[in-house]
Amino acid sequence: MTVSATAVRLQLYERESVTYNVEAMTSSDVELMLDVKAGDEASFDLLLRRHRTPLVNFLYRMVRDRATAEDLAQEVFLRVYRARRQYAPSAKFTTWLFRIATNLALNSIRDNRHRQMETSIDAPVDEEDAAPRELPSREMRIDEHMMDRDRCEFIRRAIASLPEKQRVAVLLHKYEEMDYGEIAKILECSESALKSLLFRAYETLRVQLAPLIAQPVQPSAGEGRTS
Amino acid sequence: MKCEEVSKELIAYLDRRANSAERREVEEHLLACDSCRMRAAEFRKLWGVLDEVPVEEPSFGFDARLRQRIAAEPKPRWFQWLVPQPRLAFSMALLVALSVWLAKLPQPRNSSLASAPSEDEQFQMIEHLGVLENYDMLTKSDVLAEVPAAPATEPDQQNQDSPDDGGGAR
Repeated sequence: MTVSATAVRLQLYERESVTYNVEAMTSSDVELMLDVKAGDEASFDLLLRRHRTPLVNFLYRMVRDRATAEDLAQEVFLRVYRARRQYAPSAKFTTWLFRIATNLALNSIRDNRHRQMETSIDAPVDEEDAAPRELPSREMRIDEHMMDRDRCEFIRRAIASLPEKQRVAVLLHKYEEMDYGEIAKILECSESALKSLLFRAYETLRVQLAPLIAQPVQPSAGEGRTS
Repeated sequence: MKCEEVSKELIAYLDRRANSAERREVEEHLLACDSCRMRAAEFRKLWGVLDEVPVEEPSFGFDARLRQRIAAEPKPRWFQWLVPQPRLAFSMALLVALSVWLAKLPQPRNSSLASAPSEDEQFQMIEHLGVLENYDMLTKSDVLAEVPAAPATEPDQQNQDSPDDGGGAR
């Protein structure tokens, strides 16, 4: 009698917990964030699971260093957690999240550039390092570059060579598939200015990645992938 | 539509976010302009190339490290509910200071005090009280006639008192 009663309770408990998780997983980001504001730590875990991969990828493509990208992604989530009590759903959650990420990434890039400048003044000049790493010109044969760099690295470098604002615009447009209004809010510009920015960025990439555009996509290289 | 104008709408056209009017305009231009048509085709290929960049998964300890950092965050204090926001606390302090300052300001005379008689008027009023307190004098109507006219504010009382008193004395 006691055993069967416990089993029922367990069954009920399990059913309730499953129902709760499914409901939480289908909740919007804003609903989850409001739950976090109310003190629900599980909703924060769901937000983390939902956004950590796109965020780490965005930051990695911005700063080009995996460890830094993960540190910055953690800082983004930490700031979200700290701000939970003051959270008011005035915009999309992702707009807020990627705005924090963009500001942190740009600060990190500038700090790093500043640090490198300081180092380069003090350190002896190494000719090999001092030579600027340029992307291949259109005239160069693709085979020569594919010998020592794979296509992905080539693409990453092309994206990294874009001016900061253009880089953010391309990453949010191409990889995060955000709409123009959302990207414009993150970059604090008008939608019209954003469209011009995106055109210039893709035009630069079209020229820089011309060898890859002309080369048919390798079957193994195309599997899988945008975040 | 010129090539420069198309360049602004070309990305929105290619990612299917342009509205129907913009789409029609771009399509008309692409039919007429070889260079823009070629550029549009290369943009499509470029997006295919950009898709080749693989997705990087966060490292295994990412969540654990974040939880550690969250756990290290300072806990809210028991008195924190008293000051939910620094701005609110500042506003409250400002309001209290303003109230104290206003309370210390010299108070203006209110209307009832303003209409009260001055010292000279009060002196004139009490100057003749001795006469009224003297019963003998009050019983003699001739003496009452010497009492100066009452103030203008109490003419009725004066008129009523004089004949009664005079009648009572007789």
